[in-house]
Amino acid sequence: MSEKTGRLMLEVRGLNKRFGQVRAVSDLSFEVRRGEVFGFLGPNGAGKSTTMRIITCFIPPTSGTVLVDGLSTADKDLAVRRKIGYLPESTPLYSDMTVKEYFAFVGQIKGLKGAALKSRTDEMFSVCALTKMADRQIGKLSKGYRQRVGLAQAMIHDPDLLILDEPMSGLDPNQIIEIRNLIKKFGEEKTVIYCSHILSEVSATCDRILIIKDGRVVVTGTPGDLTSGHRGGSRYTARIKGDVASVYRSLRSVAGVSHIDTEVVAPEGWVCARINAEGKEDIGEGIFKCIADNGLSLSELRRDQTSLEEVFTELTGGGK
Amino acid sequence: MNTVAAIFKKEFASYFISPIAYVFIVVFLVGTNFMYFQPFFLINQADMRNYFGLLPWVFLFFVPAITMRGWAEERKSKTIELLLTWPVSDAQVVLGKFFAALAFLAVTVALSVTVPVTLFIIGNPDPGPIIGGYAGALLMGAAYLAIGLWVSSHTENQIVAFILAWVAMFVLMIIGHPVVTMKTPSALVPLFSFLGLFTHFESIGRGVIDTRDVIYYLSIAGVFLFLNAQSLGGRKSE
Repeated sequence: MSEKTGRLMLEVRGLNKRFGQVRAVSDLSFEVRRGEVFGFLGPNGAGKSTTMRIITCFIPPTSGTVLVDGLSTADKDLAVRRKIGYLPESTPLYSDMTVKEYFAFVGQIKGLKGAALKSRTDEMFSVCALTKMADRQIGKLSKGYRQRVGLAQAMIHDPDLLILDEPMSGLDPNQIIEIRNLIKKFGEEKTVIYCSHILSEVSATCDRILIIKDGRVVVTGTPGDLTSGHRGGSRYTARIKGDVASVYRSLRSVAGVSHIDTEVVAPEGWVCARINAEGKEDIGEGIFKCIADNGLSLSELRRDQTSLEEVFTELTGGGK
Repeated sequence: MNTVAAIFKKEFASYFISPIAYVFIVVFLVGTNFMYFQPFFLINQADMRNYFGLLPWVFLFFVPAITMRGWAEERKSKTIELLLTWPVSDAQVVLGKFFAALAFLAVTVALSVTVPVTLFIIGNPDPGPIIGGYAGALLMGAAYLAIGLWVSSHTENQIVAFILAWVAMFVLMIIGHPVVTMKTPSALVPLFSFLGLFTHFESIGRGVIDTRDVIYYLSIAGVFLFLNAQSLGGRKSE
């Protein structure tokens, strides 16, 4: 692992992109390590796709540099493209070709020939379960199969860096799991950048996440960092038998508690308490002991996870 | 070179996937044959000058129809985003598309071989002007196609691509025509008639292949292919 992470796969420095008066990307800097599955998150219009288009050499930045495996997109543009496999947002494919024709074409364009082309195509067909669809016209495939064709064309030349822009859009839950497994499998050896606004997806797949808004970095870290590091301490929910005042009083005596909300709930005599801790350490045992020592009964005690959705909404100002 | 070949193959095949190609070929052949053979027995001459004389006008409609899809469809279906992020240079893609269009035009024109065959059966034509005429038609076609593809790279609407290509070709065609040169300041006449696509075809149609005409057509094609590659690069400043 240490060797894998030694060199940076992607380095973005001070990236700016302006479309007329609109600043799509402002002074964006981040890096992706070799072998990482990197989540690139942001609300719609945050500049995700623009950033991906710059990295894949489709459009140049207004200013700033992008280094892919140490090569600059500004002057080593073809070499950079050879290292990248890209699936754009809307999965654009040539709908009048059959799947087989399409891969013969894409493989050739990506420099594969003869036996290598055949073995790579066969491998992609089996990995992406496309063998049965080989003679179908792409335009007549279902959304899920189109997505797999898109993914397979991105991976056919065995790129070092795979860039996927919203790869799950329009897929049903089963297909999502299949594609997620494909991405994970690929990500074991290679680097993947995964753009999305579906957070559960990203937290399930990615090693590290970057959240952007209005073309700027808001936060970056592992999914764990983002959820636990957020809003200070850990949180607990407890259902306790007793009256509100005594529950409140006894919980106050627990070391490390910063805030308590209580609420009477059914059946009668039960109280639901929401407890915020000052720090991140586990105070569950303290809560339990305190309740037991005070002669109260406990039916439920759980530590709440801040969901990535909450982090996302707060950081990107979505709910307001 | 391999990539240009791959793009050529894919583009050329794509012409024949849709039935439109066959419709165009049939319309082209029936139209030109009809117009050529109608006065044929009145003129009573076994040569193809009149046939080749039709081609600049027929190409004016036929070539934009070939090229309108070229880039407009890639832009509309967004496949251009994949195509131009694959490891190919803009020039390779432009050339692949251009040669595919040229090959399609060549196939169509070659199917008019029934005309010279008929001439050889019923008469004794001079083969020189006929071969020269075909060569000239391809050169002229190449220039038209390059213009049409360049126009197509500016829009995602095929109809717009067709009409603008028609206009561009028409202007370049009649600029050397007497209708225009009669009214232009005399200092500009040589320039206009040099730039006109039409003027250069007349001598080729007579079977005279002048290097100046060949160079003219090839440079028009070259210039517009270059502009085409530039306009793809133009996405970069959008």
